[in-house]
Amino acid sequence: MAHRYFPHTPDDIKEMLGKCGVETLDDLYADVPDSLRLKRDYDLPTQMSESQVREYFTDLAEMNRPLTCFAGAGFYDHYTPAVIQAILSRSEFLTAYTPYQPEVSQGTLQYIFEYQTMMSELTGLPVSNASMYDGSTAVAEAMMMCVAAGRKKNRVLVSATLNPIYREVTDTYAGYHGVTIETIPESGGVTDLEALRSMLEGASDIAGVILPTPNYYGILEDYTGVADMVHAAKALLVMTAPASALGYIRNPGEWGADIAAGEAQSLGMPLSFGGPGLGYMCCTKALMRKLPGRIVGATTDPSGQRVFVLTLQAREQHIRRDKATSNICSNQGLMALYAAVYLSLMGPQGLREVNTLSASGAHYLADRLVETGAFELKYPGKPFLNEFVLRYKGDTSLKDFMEVSAASGCLAGVCIAEDELLVCVTENRTKEEMDRYVWRADTFSKAQTPLFTPEGEKTF
Amino acid sequence: MNRKYYGKVIFELSKPGRTGYYLNSNGCDAHIPELPDTLLRQTPLHLPEIDEPTVVRHYTNMSANNFGVDSGFYPLGSCTMKYNPKINDELCSLPGFTGLHPMQPADTVQGALKAYNDLQAMLSEIGGMAEFTLNPYAGAHGELTGLMVIRAYHRSRGDLARTKVIVPDSAHGTNPASAAVAGLKVVEVKSLPDGTVDVEALRALLDETVAAVMMTNPNTVGLFEYSIPEIAEMVHAAGALMYYDGANLNPLLGIARPGDMGFDVMHINLHKTFSTPHGGGGPGSGPVGVRAGLEEFLPNPVVVIKTPDDDDYFALDYEVEKRPGSLGRISSWLGNFAVELRALSYILSLGKDGLAMAGSLATLNANYVKESLRDLYKVAIDRVCKHEFVFDGLLDKSTGVTTLDVAKRLLDHGYHAPTIYFPLLFHESLMIEPTETESKETLDEFISVMREIAREASETPDVVKGAPHDCPVGRPDDTAAALNPIVSFHEL
Amino acid sequence: MIYYSKTHEYARVEGNTAYIGISDYAQKALGNVVYVDMPEQGDDVAAGEEFGAVESVKAASDLFSPVSGAVVNINEALIDNPRLINEDAMTNWIIEVDMTDLSELDGLMDEEAYANFCSAEKH
Repeated sequence: MAHRYFPHTPDDIKEMLGKCGVETLDDLYADVPDSLRLKRDYDLPTQMSESQVREYFTDLAEMNRPLTCFAGAGFYDHYTPAVIQAILSRSEFLTAYTPYQPEVSQGTLQYIFEYQTMMSELTGLPVSNASMYDGSTAVAEAMMMCVAAGRKKNRVLVSATLNPIYREVTDTYAGYHGVTIETIPESGGVTDLEALRSMLEGASDIAGVILPTPNYYGILEDYTGVADMVHAAKALLVMTAPASALGYIRNPGEWGADIAAGEAQSLGMPLSFGGPGLGYMCCTKALMRKLPGRIVGATTDPSGQRVFVLTLQAREQHIRRDKATSNICSNQGLMALYAAVYLSLMGPQGLREVNTLSASGAHYLADRLVETGAFELKYPGKPFLNEFVLRYKGDTSLKDFMEVSAASGCLAGVCIAEDELLVCVTENRTKEEMDRYVWRADTFSKAQTPLFTPEGEKTF
Repeated sequence: MNRKYYGKVIFELSKPGRTGYYLNSNGCDAHIPELPDTLLRQTPLHLPEIDEPTVVRHYTNMSANNFGVDSGFYPLGSCTMKYNPKINDELCSLPGFTGLHPMQPADTVQGALKAYNDLQAMLSEIGGMAEFTLNPYAGAHGELTGLMVIRAYHRSRGDLARTKVIVPDSAHGTNPASAAVAGLKVVEVKSLPDGTVDVEALRALLDETVAAVMMTNPNTVGLFEYSIPEIAEMVHAAGALMYYDGANLNPLLGIARPGDMGFDVMHINLHKTFSTPHGGGGPGSGPVGVRAGLEEFLPNPVVVIKTPDDDDYFALDYEVEKRPGSLGRISSWLGNFAVELRALSYILSLGKDGLAMAGSLATLNANYVKESLRDLYKVAIDRVCKHEFVFDGLLDKSTGVTTLDVAKRLLDHGYHAPTIYFPLLFHESLMIEPTETESKETLDEFISVMREIAREASETPDVVKGAPHDCPVGRPDDTAAALNPIVSFHEL
Repeated sequence: MIYYSKTHEYARVEGNTAYIGISDYAQKALGNVVYVDMPEQGDDVAAGEEFGAVESVKAASDLFSPVSGAVVNINEALIDNPRLINEDAMTNWIIEVDMTDLSELDGLMDEEAYANFCSAEKH
C-alpha cells in the first residue's frame, strides 16, 4: 500500500529488508509476543483524501458559532496582526525541535531571547523563562517554586480573588506535591489585606503568597505595602496578570513581587477554544536557579560572534531528574515567537492603546448597562480596567438573557453566579456592538416572555 | 538553511516614532478611566518601535538560520521528527475553531466538542484504552497527569502507603521529575545486558509501597520489552499499576496496543506519533488514556455526551456534573485545542490502513540505517531494533573523536544531529530515529555521510573535532553562558 | 586531618571545625563548575544528608555532608567565582561546619583509603 506521506516503493522495502537480513516487515517484530499482537484492523475510518478531510473539518467548524465576544475570565479576544501567522507558518520555525543544536537553531534561540527580554520588560522582573503551558499551570508552578526556594516551608497563601480555574489547578498540583494552600479572604471584591497580615504574623512555614492584578473580577487592587509584609515573613510574593495589561498597569516588579506568572494569550493570540495560549514566568535574579523551564542566554562562538544558547540547563529535569523544581520540558515555544512578533509590531504605544481602548470601551459599556436598570455594578467605585462584574436586576433570568444573546450572535460574558456576569471589553469591540448589547439588555430585562428574541436582530 | 549568520536582535532595529500597527478608535475616548497613579505602570516600557516590513524581514532572516523537518533529515532519537502534513495546519486555522472562546455555551461549540470526542475515541482505539483526556499540554504534563490518576486510584482505595514509582535505568529524565512533582519517590530498576528490564530485579522491588511501574516500550534503546506480559502480571499482583510513557509509540502503530500489553495508564505525545509540529519546543499535546475502571479519575473538565439517547449532543462536564473521583483540574480548559485538531486531521488522512503501515516503515528505516553502519559505529545492543537505535560512538575509539564531534560534523553536511549522550547507559550514546517519512534515498545519503565522517575521524580527526565549519555559527561557549548568564537584551 | 566520603566530599578537620568541599577527583569528573548551591549560615547539616549542589554546564551533583553540625560559614568567594573549585578543590572548601559528633569521622575514609576507592570506581 502506498500513502502520500510514505516514500517507500515495494522495491525499496524489499531491498531494505534484504539489508536487514529478513524477508517481511513482520519479521522485524518477531520479538513481540504473539499474544500481544493486534490481529485486526483498527476500528477507524479508512484513509481519506485531502478533500474528504477538509470536508470533515468544515462540517465540524460549521457546527460551531463564533460569537461577538464579551467574555474574558482569562482568555481575551484581542486584535491579531496578520503578520504573525505568516511568520509562525515558516516551517524553519514551525517544524524545528527544541534548540539543542545551537549551530542550526539560532532562529529559535534568538526569538526566545527576544521574548524573554519583552516579558521581563512587561513584568518588571529581570529573568524570564522561555514559556510555560498556560496561566493556570504557570501559577501552580510558581507555587512549587516558592516551596522549592523556601526549603522545608510548605504553606502557600492564595487570594480569594484569584481566577478560580488557576486556583483549582494550583490546588491539584499542591495536593499531590504535599503543599497546603490556604485562602486569603476577600472583602468587597478585593483581597483582605488585614487578614493577610494576621495570617503572616508569627508564621514560619509560609513559602509564598499569590495575588492577582487585576483580579478575577477585573478590579485593580492596591497592594501598597504588601511586598514588605510578605518579605518580613520570609515568604515570596507571586503576582499574576494577563500579560497585555502589564503594558499599562503597575507590574509585579513594581509591586515588589519575586515571581510573576500568568497567561500571555492576551498578546493577540486567537481564542482557539482555550489553546494554545502561552504561560509566562519571570523572577528576580536571586531566584533564577529555581526557575523551571528553558532559559536562553547570550554567549560567543569560537569566531567571537555573539550567539545564543540554552543555558542554566543543570537545573532542568533532564539533568536534575527528581531534584528539579519542575518536570516541565519544552512547552509553548512557538507561542513565545507569537508574543515576540506581536510586541514588536505593537511597541510600547500600541500596547498602551490596546489597554486604553479596552478600558474606555469597558467603562462605556458598564455605564450604559447600569443606566438601563437591567444591571448594576457588583463592586461600584472599585477601579477596573476592561473587565467588571454586573448583577442582573431584570424581571427575567440572567441565564435566559445569555441564551438570547448567544442566539443573536453575542457572548455576553461569563456567568460567575446565578445573577452575576463577568463582562470584558477589548479593542476589538465596536461601539455598535456595545450599543446592541445595551439595547438587548434593556429590552430583554423588561420582557415578559422568557425566551423572547429581540426583533430585527439576526437569529440563528 | 542559510549558512550566513543573521544574528540581530529586534531591539537593535528599533527607532523611536516608528510603528507597526493601527487600531481604530472605538469612539469611547471620553470613558477612559482615571485610575489612581499608584495602580499604573511606574516605569517606561522598553519595547521595540518598528514598522511592519522590517518586522517581517527580521523574523524571516532569523528563520533562515533555523533547521526544521522541512529543511532536511532530522534523525533526533526519541523525538519522532516525522513530516508534519500541511493540511493539518490549514484545518486547525478555520475561523470556526480559532474564534471560539473556551467558555462559550456548549450548544455553540458542538463541532469543537465533537472533534475532542472523536479524537479521544480514536486514541482510545489506538492505545487499547477505555478513555482519553486531551487536556495535558505536553508529554511531561501527560506523565504528571497519568501519575496523578494512579495516585487518585490508590487513594480512592485507602491505599496510602504507595508512594514509590519504579522506572528503568534507561528511562527518560522527565519520568523521575514527573514522579517527584506528583509527590512520588523514584526507584530505579536495572536493565539486563540485552537492554531490557531485569525482571528478577524488578520482582525484588515490588511491594505494598509501589504505586506504579513506569515504562516505555520499545524502550529508550529502541528495543521491545518482550517480558512485558510477565512484568504486567507481577506488577498487578503486587497491587501496583502499569504506566506507559508514549514517547515511543510510533513503531507499534498497527502492531500492538499498550492496553493489550497490560498497561493501565498511558500518555501519547501528539507532537511525536501524530505528526503535530514541534514548533521549536511546543505547543505540544500529551493526552492521557486509562483502561476501563479508571475513567473516573481523569482530570476535569471532561467532554461528555449529555444524554444516553442523544449521541449527537456533547457537553462539558461542568454543565452536567463534575466527576467526583477526578484527580482535579490540570489545565485551564481542554488543552492545546489547535494541536488536537491537527492530530485528528492526521489520523483521518492516514486512516486505519496508513496508520498500520507507519509503525513498520519506521522500524524498517531504523534497522536499515543501523545495518548499514554497523561496521563503523558500535552498535550498543545488537538486536533487531524498533523505531530507533543507539550507537555507542564510533567503533574505532583510538581517534579521540567523540559522539559530540560526530553530531556537530553532521550539521556541516546539512543534517540535524541525532540525540546524543542519552540514554545514560552508554558513554557515547548516539541515538538515531529516522521515522517512516524518510525515503531510501535520504537514508542512503545519510549513511554515506556517516561513513565519510568515520573516515575523517581516522584520517583527519581535527576536522571532525572542530566541527561545525559550515553553519551560521560555531560551537557556542556554554561555560561562559552559564557562569555569567545574560538572559535579556538589556544585559548585553 | 582530611576525611573523605563515598560521595566524594571531604572534611578537613581542625578541632571541632570541619571545612567541607568536593574532592579533586570529583571536580575533575564534573568539569567546569558554573554554580555552587550552598546552604545559609546558621543552617544545620546532618551526616549523609544533602546540603547543596555543584553544577557544571551539563551535569549537577548533589552535595552530601560527611558530618553533622551547624553551618558557621559559607565560602562566599564561590558565589562570584565557582571555578575556584576547578582551580583547587581542596583549598576552596564550600561550607564550614561546627561538628556536633566527632565519632562520625570514624565512618569516613582517610587519604589512602579514598585513593583506593577512586581507582576502584574508575574500573
